[in-house]
Amino acid sequence: MSDYVLELKGITKEFPGVRALDNVDFKLKPGQIHALMGENGAGKSTFIKVITGVHAPNEGEMFLNGERVEFSNPNDAQEKGIAAIYQHVTSYPDLSVTENIFMGHERIQKFTGRILWKEMHEEAKKILRSLGSSIDPKSEMGALSVAQQQIVEIAKAISTKAKIIIMDEPTAALTSRESEELYKITENLRDQGASIIFISHRFEDMYRLASQVTVLRDSKYIGSWGIEEISNEDLIIAMVGREINQVFPERKGEIGEKLLEVEGLGKAGYFADVSFTLHKGEILGLTGLVGAGRTEVCQSLFGIMPYDKGSIVLNGEKVKIQSPKEAIRLGIGYLPEDRQKQGLVLQWSIGRNISLSALSAIGNKGWLRDKKEFAIAKELAEKVHVKANSIFDLVSSLSGGNQQKVAVAKLLTAELDIIILDEPTKGVDVGAKSAIYEIINELASQGYGIIMISSEMPEVIGMSDRIAVMRAGRIVKILNRAIATQEAILEASMTDSTEKNAG
Amino acid sequence: MEQRTLDQNEYVQRTLKNKQEFSLKKFFLQWEWLLILVFLLVIVINTSLSPYFLNAAGLRDATMVFLDKGFIVFPMVMIMILRDIDISVGSTVALSSVIMATLYNTLNVPMGAAIVICLLVGALCGLINGLLIVKFKELSAVIVTLATMILYRGIAYVILEDQASGNFPEWFSFFGWGSVAGIPFILIAFTILAIVFTLLLHKTTFGRQVYAMGNNDTASRFSGVRVDRIKVIVFTLAGLMAAITAIFLASRMGSTRPNVAMMYELDVIAMVALGGISTAGGKGRMIGAIIAVFIIGYLQYGLGLINIPSQTMLIIIGLLLLVSVAVPKMKWNWKFKKSGSKRKLE
Repeated sequence: MSDYVLELKGITKEFPGVRALDNVDFKLKPGQIHALMGENGAGKSTFIKVITGVHAPNEGEMFLNGERVEFSNPNDAQEKGIAAIYQHVTSYPDLSVTENIFMGHERIQKFTGRILWKEMHEEAKKILRSLGSSIDPKSEMGALSVAQQQIVEIAKAISTKAKIIIMDEPTAALTSRESEELYKITENLRDQGASIIFISHRFEDMYRLASQVTVLRDSKYIGSWGIEEISNEDLIIAMVGREINQVFPERKGEIGEKLLEVEGLGKAGYFADVSFTLHKGEILGLTGLVGAGRTEVCQSLFGIMPYDKGSIVLNGEKVKIQSPKEAIRLGIGYLPEDRQKQGLVLQWSIGRNISLSALSAIGNKGWLRDKKEFAIAKELAEKVHVKANSIFDLVSSLSGGNQQKVAVAKLLTAELDIIILDEPTKGVDVGAKSAIYEIINELASQGYGIIMISSEMPEVIGMSDRIAVMRAGRIVKILNRAIATQEAILEASMTDSTEKNAG
Repeated sequence: MEQRTLDQNEYVQRTLKNKQEFSLKKFFLQWEWLLILVFLLVIVINTSLSPYFLNAAGLRDATMVFLDKGFIVFPMVMIMILRDIDISVGSTVALSSVIMATLYNTLNVPMGAAIVICLLVGALCGLINGLLIVKFKELSAVIVTLATMILYRGIAYVILEDQASGNFPEWFSFFGWGSVAGIPFILIAFTILAIVFTLLLHKTTFGRQVYAMGNNDTASRFSGVRVDRIKVIVFTLAGLMAAITAIFLASRMGSTRPNVAMMYELDVIAMVALGGISTAGGKGRMIGAIIAVFIIGYLQYGLGLINIPSQTMLIIIGLLLLVSVAVPKMKWNWKFKKSGSKRKLE
């Protein structure tokens, strides 16, 4: 018997023109939670896909319990007890939870081929219970929250009797409390004998769960350490190849006059009675659990989801915002949470993306002006330090952080007073995160009023001047930076706020 | 304190090139070159099969025949870039031409006014399509225009019943048969509109927004593109161009009836698809579709010359379309397989 349930040696994977993995080693002990870390584009996802049989490596060997294996498709891996829970939940939103759990390995009556629904529902319920979840297996997948969907995905892994479970950034879309639940489930799985590979950008995830960490960088294997063996600083150096100032950059500039006054804003079914102010040069953090209505409030301000109650006063003038076009004209810009779907045209070049929301300014009576367009694109892309060769590089070829920078550059084409950032560092690696913080601070010091939605506590506290905490569609508390602590925010966002609302 | 921070790495001031490098390979790897090749092939094969093909008068007449539906190709390119489709254009041609003929013949409206109303009717048909598609987001364009395809044709039958209406004034035949300095008027009109639509799609902010929506509708909306408005405009243009087709068709045939322009939508969509406009949206160029109009047009003419029955012609055009849309995909597959087999060798 081998010491390891899973061992990979010298894995190399090439795609046309790219070496996505270069001689990578990996060892997973039974009953271990093993963190796999690295910046975006370091090769983690490709590595996972090699283990799960999606990609076959060009070189290298893989051993399962000491036995050499070769997977030619994901089914092979599944049969050997390897299951993966991907970063973006790959479920079928219109099917039931049960169907999602048993997709591909439905319980079927022999000979007739009839699907044994009752048995499957009961089994699904049993697994979900064992995970401490009370999700009804008959409910529709799409109606569940991201966290619940995550749990269903885990249930799916269990239902395939997986011995090795891979989690690819499972906490990325979760709030602190939901993450905490996921930690418990993960530990449970380990205690029941599963080995787990856990990918995350969050250090707290790793410290909370993992006993071993392996780092990839630039498609290469950098090293593997026991969690006590390596300090936070050394780990960051291993990941990014240089030291990084984890501290939030210092703020320059002053908070100026009042820019925006939102009074009693409401949208039936989404949020109610939202009031706050925003000043020039101020960063207002907007936090709370996912689903508390943060995004909805901001999308109302941006005209995507028209509000039906309340008023918005912009620069002393009462305005009614009904479309993004109008919002931009009034000086409000919005950086969407899902930059790939809502923020950018991935198939397009950097330049075209930047100019998209400023076409009327770039055009002359409706005609495109290439020279002006290219000049503006170049200027803004450089301003936010996009790493690329030319403005004609496709956005899809950029890393997450650089894509986010392009999205920010796009905002800067318009003459804005207010910039709304919805989870600006979500899915962005450590190095690029700091760069984005710098950019946000820079914008604030130039006098933009900034509203930043974020679920990451340190980020909210480190960046904001004031922090508005939302819960169940209402702002339950606005804290000054000086008195904001993780505990205070968590308490406000999670405790029943009936008495606070009264006060 | 020594602080080695981002400044040296992430924050290195980089300059980005803003001049596009010319790549010969890229230039010649364009779909349109392949289309030109196919076009030349069609000419060569036709010429070798029939001595009558390269006859100036014959070619001229043939061009006048197939160009009428070519007008609808322009807006259809935009519609398919938007990832939509409009199958009601043939019915719009019928309805607008029937209304024009009825106004002139039965209601004694002057022909000039009837033509203007014909254009308005066409635009209105398109506008209705566009508004329905935009207002009822859960309905796809196929379903909406399938419904209006039946509806518009139905109205045309109610107005004229199953009979022809003609007797247009003498001058009206100029659209279909006239020429200026020896060049058919329809070819001149087609060329002018081809230039207008090419500029509109490739050189204006409107065209840029059409491409943006075809690639990512949500991101376009978030970027302040008035997506609904643009979609309605594009569908209205399709109706308007169908009305122009109606005028040229009625002029050439000397009359119209409710069953004219049957299956035009399929010919038009075939031309657009052959022109390299992806049904997945966001890709393709006007020039490709314009070349495709001539490829299909001359192919049909040539096949007719060597007495290939129209049923067989359908088979040939169907195959051409299949091959042309499958070729780019096959190239990709072949690459995929190659990397797969390399792995097995090791």
